[in-house]
Amino acid sequence: MPRSVKKGPFINAKLEKKVQQLNDTNQKKIIKTWSRSTTISPDFVGHTIAVHNGNKMIPVYISENMVGHKLGEFSPTRIFRGHPMSKAEKASKMRK
Amino acid sequence: MARIAGIDLPKQKKVYIGLTYIYGIGQFTAREILKSANINAEKKISELTEEEVAAIRSIMTSEYKVEGALRSEVQQNIKRLMDIGAYRGLRHRKGLPVRGQRTKTNARTRKGRKNTVAGKKKTTK
Repeated sequence: MPRSVKKGPFINAKLEKKVQQLNDTNQKKIIKTWSRSTTISPDFVGHTIAVHNGNKMIPVYISENMVGHKLGEFSPTRIFRGHPMSKAEKASKMRK
Repeated sequence: MARIAGIDLPKQKKVYIGLTYIYGIGQFTAREILKSANINAEKKISELTEEEVAAIRSIMTSEYKVEGALRSEVQQNIKRLMDIGAYRGLRHRKGLPVRGQRTKTNARTRKGRKNTVAGKKKTTK
């Protein structure tokens, strides 16, 4: 179920302030944030925001059609490197 | 012969069911269309007059998105998700469930028919 319209989109207050500051001074700086649940507002467009994924900061360049999504959607938290192989399989692969 | 939005409607069915053969029209929309066109929904398709078919056609083209146009819109939405690199887009790319379902078992609709991984034995240790 979507969030109530009455409350408006959730945007981390500190992050919003930092973005506003950059907008006011016309700067482009990477902002680090841990707030994955922040909704991307139109003010963010054109900035690069480093979003934490639990391990690293993933730089996300905000483009126009990302507005309305959450920051966390662009910073994947899991890496899938294929299924684990048994010892026998590994050996047979090596021979090839 | 009732042909709407490039689809031949089944003659022997009632109109509100027959209209659901068009992609993008369910029973609810079908009934809505018939209501605004002032056609009895319980009528058979074969009993429709040319004027009635024309009325349905004009309502459908003006107010609803069906068939090719709708399909391409859905595809565009998916493509947008993939292009911006959102999590949902990544799941579409990999052909896995998009809305957080489990993938340890099930999820066969998205993943397709089972393909057994050869040489996977129970480890005795």
